[in-house]
Amino acid sequence: MKHLLTKNFFRAVLLINALTVLLPVFFLFNSALRETNDFARNPLVLARKPYWANFKQVWADGSFAIYLKNSLIVTGGSLLLILVCAIGAGFVLGRYNFKGQNLIIGFVLTGMLIPAKLAILPLFIQLKWMHLLNSHLGLILVYTAGALPAAIFIMSGFFRALPADLDNAARIDGASEGQLLRRVLVPLVKPGLAIVAIYSAIPIWNDFFLPLVFLQDPEKKTIMQGLTAFFGEYQSQWGALFAGLTLAALPLIVLYLLLSEQFIKGLTAGAVKG
Amino acid sequence: MAKSGIKKEQNRFTWLLLTPGILLIVVFTSIPAFTTLSYSFFNWTGFTRGTFAGIENFQKLFTFPFREQFLSALRHNTLVFIGIYLIQTAGGIFLAYSLYQLRRGQRFFRTVAFFPVIFSLVIVGYMWQSLLNPFNGPINILISKLGIDSGSLLWLGDTKTALPTMVFINLWRWVGFPTIIFLAGLNAINTEYLEAARIDGASDSQIFRKIMFPLLAPSMTIVSVLTFIGAFEWFDLPFILGGSNGNPEGAADTLALMFYRLSFGSADSIANQIGVGSALGVVIFVIVGVGASFGAKILRSREVEG
Repeated sequence: MKHLLTKNFFRAVLLINALTVLLPVFFLFNSALRETNDFARNPLVLARKPYWANFKQVWADGSFAIYLKNSLIVTGGSLLLILVCAIGAGFVLGRYNFKGQNLIIGFVLTGMLIPAKLAILPLFIQLKWMHLLNSHLGLILVYTAGALPAAIFIMSGFFRALPADLDNAARIDGASEGQLLRRVLVPLVKPGLAIVAIYSAIPIWNDFFLPLVFLQDPEKKTIMQGLTAFFGEYQSQWGALFAGLTLAALPLIVLYLLLSEQFIKGLTAGAVKG
Repeated sequence: MAKSGIKKEQNRFTWLLLTPGILLIVVFTSIPAFTTLSYSFFNWTGFTRGTFAGIENFQKLFTFPFREQFLSALRHNTLVFIGIYLIQTAGGIFLAYSLYQLRRGQRFFRTVAFFPVIFSLVIVGYMWQSLLNPFNGPINILISKLGIDSGSLLWLGDTKTALPTMVFINLWRWVGFPTIIFLAGLNAINTEYLEAARIDGASDSQIFRKIMFPLLAPSMTIVSVLTFIGAFEWFDLPFILGGSNGNPEGAADTLALMFYRLSFGSADSIANQIGVGSALGVVIFVIVGVGASFGAKILRSREVEG
């Protein structure tokens, strides 16, 4: 009896937490489907007849599609570069023995400690000098450099965990080092790649600080940076504002619904051992 | 292929695969980090470097008017750290323990608890700004339905409540993260210890206090260090909700916001002060570095093998 009581107590705690988490998001979605004047009269009413015109208005504005496209370019480009570099470096550090290896590992580990925000000024001037300011490529390179230390560290762990016999068997079969990596090992470290992908891509997609500093051209703005401009523009058009927020939030929400376990593992990678 | 052939191929491969990544880290992380330090020792006009200034920029940072701003921002960062740390740690452990007790439904509640962590702070910030809108926000409407006058509750617009409100929003977004870390810590505890204690007649609360809590020390170290770093580099949420001046009236100003204003100018003064800004950057780096490693050392010393 007492046991049942405590179980229910904990269930109640989690239920209250779930409501605290979900109600604000529900309010956001609900308000996105209501006409502005209707919302202003009473914000706390269910959208019985969904008012899709808000989304049409946001989309017709045009800038939203551009922001989304830019975010896809920047996040996708960074992710590709991060994965390629982390597979290469992770493979070498995890499976080879060579002179200077510990030095490189030490360098990668210190790279994880440097907060990018505090190096923003020299980075700004350096990018200007390299003609990479106000460009997606510049942003991609900075994001990649920021995410790589952790990505290399995670990948080298996954490569190291594979049995050594694999390499020798492949080599005896005449595989070159490149074939060994591509055909044999990479398929086996896919769970690691998923973790690295989520760990690096989500913060890049969500970031607004680096675009704020590095991108001025409205045509180049990313979605989270664009959202701040959008908010100034549509100040009291509640319907459009909520529709814009919903649109910006939706991609990751859908991905999270499909891949929540990978998200939790990926985003806490580095903080949870094992 | 001969053995030496493989060795040769491996050598070539090693540097071929390592170079791109290492080069990117050096050029876009290491060099800028070192340059920040050097910037603080020079005079600057706009984005042009002038003569060597010695420690003048650091002296300026600690005299009027920067000193007052610095101290007020530092105070806010400290309060934010204490507030977030206490509530988030206690809440995280409580939620993790609740999840741990559930066998059925654990996965669902865990997924929901972590949900806000995936949101961009831009979305979180604007969403809560509308929820807390003093005129037609649902929170104030609900409060007035309870018969309490909510007209005077300005939340983010009042200098007294702005900072605590931002701390609350930050908690909403982030408490799921330590929850998952503590849950992983609880799951890692050998259940034989717990069963042995139960057979010896220990109560649930005794088991938690005497066995589980001490064995959570490694998780505690990670959460504490991450919270410390996050709190002293706090930028996104106060910037989104109060702009670069830390509005209302600087009540939500932080060190990172001040660093941003000095680096890139603000609404009040377009002119930037790169020298003083870099000096502040170095100071923040020292606070975070010293605090985090000192804290980690103390916390690690109370970790026990589980």
